[in-house]
Amino acid sequence: MWRPSLAALALIVPLVAAAAEIEPTPRRQKEILHLFKHDCGSCHGLTRKGGLGPPLMPEAIAEIDDEVLIDAVIFGRAGTPMAPWGIDLNREEAAWLIRRLKRGNIDG
Amino acid sequence: MVEPMLRPFLAALAGLALAGCALFEEPRGTGDLGLIVERAAGSVIIVDTTARKVLHRVEGLGDLSHATAVFSRDARYGFVFGRDGGLTKVDLLKGRIDKRVIQGGNAIGGAISQDGRIVAVSNYEPGGVRLFDAATLAPIAEIPAIGADGKRSKVVGLADAPDARMVFSLYDSGEIWLADLTQPAAPKLTKWPGIGKLPYDGMITPDGRHYAAGLFGEDGVALLDLWRPEAGVRRILDKYGKGAEPLPVYKMPHMEGWATVGDFAVIPAVGRHEVLLVDQKEWKEIGRVALAGQPVFAIARPDGRQVWVNFAHPHNHIVQVIDVPSRKVVHAFEPGRAVLHIEFSPRGEQAWLSVRDADRVDIHDTRTFARIGSLPADKPSGIFFTSRAGRIGY
Repeated sequence: MWRPSLAALALIVPLVAAAAEIEPTPRRQKEILHLFKHDCGSCHGLTRKGGLGPPLMPEAIAEIDDEVLIDAVIFGRAGTPMAPWGIDLNREEAAWLIRRLKRGNIDG
Repeated sequence: MVEPMLRPFLAALAGLALAGCALFEEPRGTGDLGLIVERAAGSVIIVDTTARKVLHRVEGLGDLSHATAVFSRDARYGFVFGRDGGLTKVDLLKGRIDKRVIQGGNAIGGAISQDGRIVAVSNYEPGGVRLFDAATLAPIAEIPAIGADGKRSKVVGLADAPDARMVFSLYDSGEIWLADLTQPAAPKLTKWPGIGKLPYDGMITPDGRHYAAGLFGEDGVALLDLWRPEAGVRRILDKYGKGAEPLPVYKMPHMEGWATVGDFAVIPAVGRHEVLLVDQKEWKEIGRVALAGQPVFAIARPDGRQVWVNFAHPHNHIVQVIDVPSRKVVHAFEPGRAVLHIEFSPRGEQAWLSVRDADRVDIHDTRTFARIGSLPADKPSGIFFTSRAGRIGY
């Protein structure tokens, strides 16, 4: 009989979680969009056209894998000014934000 | 019947009345005025620091995230540099836009020349500096920032310097450029490549002698002595964080307003919860002051007695005041979430703070630290008083 190992489960569970597209509560969504607009906006621009940081318009990030973007948000990017925003956001929240960004639907 | 002799007098009175109320309105100066950026609304408010009130709100300035402003030398007009490349000339007395152009795709800051005739804008996209006639905003020249690597670079830390010069840094290629604007249509450039990795901002000392570029990509500051440019750019404060794991930086510190007090400068350390005290003769570190978070602005009261500091996220609700002689934090308070900027009244009796998330600008007495006023403002960020008009590097 086939039994998934714990390691395999550990791999599957986050994938399932990601696939479920967890939605933050409406109040939390508002907080995340506020953080995005003002704090991310300092470097990426209030209109997301970029600044010290790259643009985050849908066409600018369409080709980049969600997981790569989530990692950049949570852990920051070494060698660049991008800071690890895992102090404010968990992976599900970052994933939700990135889905919104890719759809260009960010003004909460 | 009116006496014939009175007739000319009455006619003159009637003429005055016809001239309208403008004649009867007291003319006023601009020395106690300022601009406050409302970053999300794309507007600025014009404030009076004597009456401590809002005189006008001027709308339609575009994307004002990270907006900055300089003033005409008569302190009547403010030039506001928007993130979206908008350059707006605001008439402080009439409370309206005088002229506005979209000069680039993505701008970071600007400067006005020593003689007040040229406004320069530093752009991320297309990377470079553009020069405009301060009277008309007509374009004069463009300086494309093509680095030694052959690529176009973002430009940061643009500052005016004495003797009709401007100085700025190339973020991507790590260079400092000095532009001689004696002939504004044909700027003469001197370039120093290889000054260090990722200069994120630059500033000129209040005496106009030294230009310093802070490096994000390494620990240290690149310094150019404008009295001896032939001596080249040297590194100061090299490895000032050596041995310590740098913390992530949630907001880049600003170098403008690097407080210069007495013989030393007070400099926000990148990614550290402290400011560095630097001797300005030898440019060596002489001490540090531990703080509540990563400093963004460390701004000296005009007399140099105090330095007020605000902080990066997640400590941006705190303001601390350093007493310069004792090098100690003597006051700390929490005005509200996201204190973005601090500006002193011309002689420093008031400190104005923008408290973004509270939609408020607070006014504090700098002797007692008491809050003496508060004005409503929509997501306020930069505060710029007209006393900047007479200062080098502003």
